Parts: sequence; C-alpha cells; structure tokens
Amino acid sequence: MSILVDRNTRVIVQGVTGAMGSLHAEQMLKYGTQVVGGTRPGLGGTTVSLAGADLPVFNAVSDAVEATGADASVIYVPAPFAADAAMEAAEAGLRLIVLITEGIPILDMVKVKRYLEGRQSRLVGPNCPGVITPGQCKIGIMPGYIHSPGRVGVVSRSGTLTYEAVYQTTQAGLGQSTCVGIGGDPVNGTSFVDLLEMFQEDDGTEAVVLIGEIGGSAEEEAAQFVKEHMTKPVVGFIAGASAPKGKRMGHAGAVIAGGSGAAADKIKAFKEAGIAVCPTASTIGAETVKALGG
Amino acid sequence: MNVHEYQAKEILSRYGVPILGGEAVSSVEDAVEAAKRLNVEKFVVKAQIYAGGRGKGGGVKLAHSIKEVEEIAANMLGMNLVTHQTGPEGRRVDKILITEAADIQRELYLGLTLDRAASRIGVIACAEGGVEIEKIAEENPDAIIEELIDPVAGLMPFQANRIAYALELPPEQARQFVNIALKIATAFIATDASLIEINPLAAVNNGELLALDAKMSFDDNALFRQKEIAEMRDPAEEDPRELEAKRHELSYVSLDGNIGCMVNGAGLAMATMDIIQHYGAKPANFLDVGGRANAERVAAAFNLILSDENVKAILVNIFGGIVHCDLIAEGILSAAAQTNLQLPLIVRLEGTNVEEGRALLERSGLDIIAANSLDEAAQKAVAARA
Repeated sequence: MSILVDRNTRVIVQGVTGAMGSLHAEQMLKYGTQVVGGTRPGLGGTTVSLAGADLPVFNAVSDAVEATGADASVIYVPAPFAADAAMEAAEAGLRLIVLITEGIPILDMVKVKRYLEGRQSRLVGPNCPGVITPGQCKIGIMPGYIHSPGRVGVVSRSGTLTYEAVYQTTQAGLGQSTCVGIGGDPVNGTSFVDLLEMFQEDDGTEAVVLIGEIGGSAEEEAAQFVKEHMTKPVVGFIAGASAPKGKRMGHAGAVIAGGSGAAADKIKAFKEAGIAVCPTASTIGAETVKALGG
Repeated sequence: MNVHEYQAKEILSRYGVPILGGEAVSSVEDAVEAAKRLNVEKFVVKAQIYAGGRGKGGGVKLAHSIKEVEEIAANMLGMNLVTHQTGPEGRRVDKILITEAADIQRELYLGLTLDRAASRIGVIACAEGGVEIEKIAEENPDAIIEELIDPVAGLMPFQANRIAYALELPPEQARQFVNIALKIATAFIATDASLIEINPLAAVNNGELLALDAKMSFDDNALFRQKEIAEMRDPAEEDPRELEAKRHELSYVSLDGNIGCMVNGAGLAMATMDIIQHYGAKPANFLDVGGRANAERVAAAFNLILSDENVKAILVNIFGGIVHCDLIAEGILSAAAQTNLQLPLIVRLEGTNVEEGRALLERSGLDIIAANSLDEAAQKAVAARA
C-alpha cells in the first residue's frame, strides 16, 4: 500500500521537451513510472524518444488526458509559466499535480490555490522534489536508487534533506511506503496535515518521518494534528535551529520573521505532541527504528 | 528585495496613496534647498536605510528651521546608524529624506502581507499606529484587524469599510481610509510586493489621512516581471558577499562562526549548520549551491567562503539528486587548486554518481578529509577547525 501514487498511476509531463522535463521524464521511465505522454504548446502531434519509448507530445493538457487517460501530471515548465501550467492541469481534471518548478512568484501561487478550490485536483509543491512510492512510481527529481519499498512514510519541506531521511531509513532496513516533498515555498498545494491524514489511513505505512524547517506555522499545525489524530509513531526533525532571525535561508519560506517560525517553538510543539524529535539530521534513521520498537 | 522609504512613497503615490511630501537628498546643500522648496515651518529629517527602528537610533529628527535642517543633515549624512535591525555594525547613511513635520491627531497602522495559513494576502490594521506591530501581535492580538484578499475579486470596498468601522474612524476619515486601503491593495498586486507597511497612517491637523512613513518589500521571484522595481535595488545596502552570491545564482548568508559550509539544498544546508552547532562549533555561513551546481559555481562558492577571514575549515556536504557528485568533485578540485587552499577541507558526498565523485577526490592527491555521513563530516570539521 501507499499514498497518492502507485504502479497504476499514469503520468504526463508538462514541459517534456525542455532540458529539465526530458531529463527527468527519462529518469522516471527508467524507474518504471508509467509516463504516458507530455505537453509542449506548439509541438502537439510530435513525439519525443526517451528511454527507448516514443512519448506522444500534445499542445494542451486536456488533449493529453483525453488521448492517454492520464490521472497525474508533473510540471517542469519555467517559473514564469508554471502557475498557468498548474491551473491547466487542474482544469483538465487531473487527480494529482506535482509542481517541481522553483522560483514561482508568490501572487501566482495565491491565484493557483484559489483556482484549485472546489476542484478535485491535489497539488503537491511547488519547489519540491516530488512524490515517490518506491518500486512502483517516481514522479519528480529525486534519485530513485536511494529508496526502497517499505514501512515508513516520509514528508518534508526540503528536497535534499528528504534524501537524507530516505537514505537513512533505507540503510536501516525500514524502507518507505511513500515519500512526499511538499516544497519550501510559503504557499503550497499540500500541507503536512493533509499527508499525515493520508499516512494515518494507509495500511502500508507504520511510522511517519516529518521533516520541517524554520518559518511559518505548518509544523505547529502538524503537531496539533499528530496530537489529536495520529496513532502511528511520528519521528520529526526541524532544520534551522542555528539560523539567525530575519535572514531568509534559501527557501522563500525559511525565515524567522517577527519572532515566529523559530526552530525552538516548532521542536517544543513536536515534543508536546509526542513526536520523537531527532537532535540532528543524522539520527533520523536510528530514531525511526526506535519509534518502531526496533 | 527592499527599497528605501522615499522609493516606497514614490511608488505608492503613483497609485494615488496620499503621502506627506518630501525629497530625498544626499548632500547638505540639497537638504537646505529641499527644505526651502517645502516652504513649511517644521521639518522631519529621516535617514534612508533599509532597516527599521531608525527613530530610536537617532535617524529621525525634527527641525524647526532651515538652519536646523542644515545642522541635522550635516550630522546625519555619513553617520553610522545602529538600530535593532542593523546589527551592532550599523549602516552608513548616504541619503536622507526631508519632509514636512505634520501635526498629528491620530496614528493608525496599515499593512499588507501574505497570510501563510490562509494562502491569501492579508490586510492588517490597528488603531495604534507608530508602534511595532509585532509587539501588539504578541501582547494584544485582539487589537489587530485582518481582512483577506480574494485574488479573483481583489480587496473589496465592504472589506475596507469593515476595517474602518473596527478602527472607529469618523465618517469622513472612514471614507478616506477605504480609498487608501483599496489603492494600496492595487499597488501591492501590481508591483508583486511581499510587504507594504504604512506606520503610521496619520490623521493630520485638518483631519486628512496621510502616509507619514512607508515600507515596501518585493517578491524576489517576481522581479523578472518588475524591471522598474528591480532597478531600485541599492547595492550599498546589501552584504557584498550576498550580492556576489546572487550573481552566481548561489544562495549565501554570512554568519559569525568559523566553519565554512557548502551544501546543496536549503534544508540540508540548514541541517548542516545545525549539526555543526550541535557539536559545539559555529557555521560561518549558509550556502546552497542549488540544483544546477557546476564546476564554475562550485568555484564561486569556494571563493565566497574563503573571502570570510574567520573561516578555519570548510565542510562540503552534497547529497546528489539533480546535482551529480562527480561534477561537484571536479569543481572542488579546480577550486582548491585555483585558490591554493590551505584550510582543512572535509567532504561528504552521497547520491547520484557518488562513486565517480569519491574516486576523483581520492585520485587527486589533495589533502581532503573524506566523510561517509553527515555526522562524521560535522565531527571532523569541528575537530579540524581548532
């Protein structure tokens, strides 16, 4: 079992002819993901050859969905056009939209969120590594080989820090049910709480690794949810304990502003919710083994 | 990206927001001329630096004559202004704003920024102006009024009205307030702002509402479509190393420790800083080489780290996803050679093409301290800096 994606997920790649899009479409195909087509306005009717397959290219997402029966899309289009691409995917009725692009203007994302209201689509991202159910379906830019099918759900605001957590749980022999990067931007499609809820319901997930960082209050909301609704063990880590106030740490969302968003407050909320907090990012694997009674 | 107060006022007045007039100058002579042109009895001289808290630091002064404007300008221009936002090193004042000093009946706070929890732009107002909004949020959160802007409809008059009623403004001022709030909301959306703060929005002696101060910040991600705003950037206000980093598409923040860090990914970069601190040392910087790191960018990152004289050891932590470890290794080797690196260099590589990357480093014959995990890398770096 898993959440969001599995071996039956049919994926189209928006921006499939670009450097990022073609590189990662190929990696996804090699991993075994059912990539069924791509879009690039103006190149509809052509094909791209990737990993030994000829992928059909469409002008519009709605055309691609009609022709291929896709239920998910992944977006690699450049930031100025990414919000439009996400709304196009939602309009076409895709169940899952994974928005990889980084650097999207905040007001564009505010508009996307508003557009998604009342629609069936779930957006993951932007500025995220994507979603993977190991051994079944990889949608995004994460290195496939560090994952292994298993028992731990991983959810994170950071890309490479997710890899760190994944790698450690793989080395510890636990493996992952599904891993989701929700992205480091202040406005994103899917929250920690959304995913905790899914992992709690998922039979294939026995524990959850939750990786947060400074800025905003998503971690506090997650802690509240864990306290009230989670019966599965949750292992947490917060990045940015050493970050000074008022300085943005790379991610648009990672800034301690006006006294809120500090690591200490988030760690406190985690502890109060019964989340096992990792003292450093290198103990995620060991803490998860412990949480599962190992 | 931030702009100066006088620039924020220029932008807002273009959108029809009533601003108390004034002129930004950078010499005493121009200050005197500007004061003469204002033709009023009282003046305020305000230092133009990005940081807030200028008043307490001596960066905002009242003058009762042109002569006094001259004296204050002479003192303020070139002074090193220290506020709670500048850090102890302060900022040099190169520009001052000369404005009329208004007689104030009442001060309000009006701000717009992203409400992250709602994923909407929020309009925030408070009947107490001129004070720190963060302080009010903490001590008396009920005093803060908020309306969320629907991105489809924009801020609607009824919402602005609701704020005006909550502020208990008399009818004529309520009417003015609604007008101002709608114009500021329009300016926010049109300029891709991330923050607009009018503190205070004041009722002056004739009852008219005016923005006496203005602060604007902009979304860096949107500067590609805000060319005019992007050109307002004042390089003198920014850390030269952070500017240099931007030129190479690196994300760099200078800190006060002595272990230089080069990491890919913001979260992992923070986690690397944290573990250095966990083992009793301090990071010299945050540095994310990003997803498109190549040899040139790695070399630029090394130069940045080495430009900080406090650095006693360098820790490289790369978990390759899009980034290939062999390319990073090549970058490290060429940077180490170019800079004739003498400091201890600790490298932890993991992820895509890690074997090739490690082999390259090993074959180089350079004195590199290899580490197989984040933990090992941090401990070795902390030991090496001593």
